[in-house]
Amino acid sequence: MSENNDLTQIETSELLVIIHEDLYDGLADEVVQSVNELLRRGMSPYETLTQGLVAGMDVVGVDFRDGILFVPEVLMAAKAMKAGMAVLRPLLAETGAPSIGTMVIGTVKGDIHDIGKNLVTMMMEGAGFKVHDIGINNDADKFIAAIREHKPEVLGMSALLTTTMPYMKTVIQALEREGLRKEVIVLVGGAPVNAPFAEAVGADAYCRDASVAVTTAKARLEERRNAVPV
Amino acid sequence: MKRSAFIACGALVRELRAIIDANGWDVDILGVPALLHNRPERIPGAVRARIREAVERYERVTVVYGDCGTGGLLDAALAEEGVSRIAGPHCYEMYAGEDFEELSRAEQGAFFLTDFLVREFDGIVIRGLGLDRFPQLRDDYFGNYQRAVYLAQQDSPALRAKAAEAAAQLRLPLEVRFTGYGALASRLVELHAQ
Repeated sequence: MSENNDLTQIETSELLVIIHEDLYDGLADEVVQSVNELLRRGMSPYETLTQGLVAGMDVVGVDFRDGILFVPEVLMAAKAMKAGMAVLRPLLAETGAPSIGTMVIGTVKGDIHDIGKNLVTMMMEGAGFKVHDIGINNDADKFIAAIREHKPEVLGMSALLTTTMPYMKTVIQALEREGLRKEVIVLVGGAPVNAPFAEAVGADAYCRDASVAVTTAKARLEERRNAVPV
Repeated sequence: MKRSAFIACGALVRELRAIIDANGWDVDILGVPALLHNRPERIPGAVRARIREAVERYERVTVVYGDCGTGGLLDAALAEEGVSRIAGPHCYEMYAGEDFEELSRAEQGAFFLTDFLVREFDGIVIRGLGLDRFPQLRDDYFGNYQRAVYLAQQDSPALRAKAAEAAAQLRLPLEVRFTGYGALASRLVELHAQ
């Protein structure tokens, strides 16, 4: 919001629209101000997250998918969301906001490219997942250790390079060897990754972008929870 | 009808022209925008469209592209079109040739530059990634890189100076390795002879 408006004088519904617009424009300071104003009015951290930040990022995701927004604009929006999340995260923990699942995510061995992974982390957090981001350049042992420690329902692996993406198969084979494969829904993504590759390495799904990662994780998790034990 | 055309990434056109001239081939180059590397999922469609134009006008069409982050989708499209491609995952590997695997292992965290990228650094990297508008994204893009490695096709002081400027903009130390046209030239010669 570029005009110097007094946020305290703005209707809540309009303030939510302003958050969406400021996220879209990548205005981190303005997003934080609006988040703080909504909290001051008594909106719960969870409602502020879902109705403010997540709803705003949904628009960003759709416009990215449709070629209206490009990577730099999405990254700026993500920075703004991250700033808003920094305010909300401790409050969400305090207020016991619902968590819909746990995820471990990282880039695979040899790959330092983490833009996509960071976007997925933030969008999954926004969607209510507890996300353990183990960073870049992870070998199979690190993935296994993180799964043992955090017991996630979802594992996300990312790679940008054609030379590193085959390592996803190494991780999945290690999961099988350690008896952990059935414990996690494995989602893979990254520029050179695609659905046939995901199937070939034994992942559960390929996710084209961060929005798809969220919807896929939710859908697979629901399927798993509704599955009748055999 | 002319005999042959190379459908090539825009990042390779100048180098291809030099290789064609050096070998005395009668080959036209049909370029595909290099900027597509920022959206690799669009490369197969763009190359396919070029092929369909070209097969009307040329007896032989060859694609001079790496896989370039398409995850095999470019090769799948080429198989459907019945057109062959120069081997290699990307131009860095083509220039560095057999040394690339060792180089990338040794240089984990290397951001590779070529003559093309050095010349077009402002357009492809700075403007292409939006760093002219959002310089604060530099660390998001390049924070995990440890150095810039310039794989030089020409031994040019002017290009080396530009490479140094580029690396400085990214706040990365620069290493220069002269590769010439490397395996790009030898693989093309082999492919063209078939």
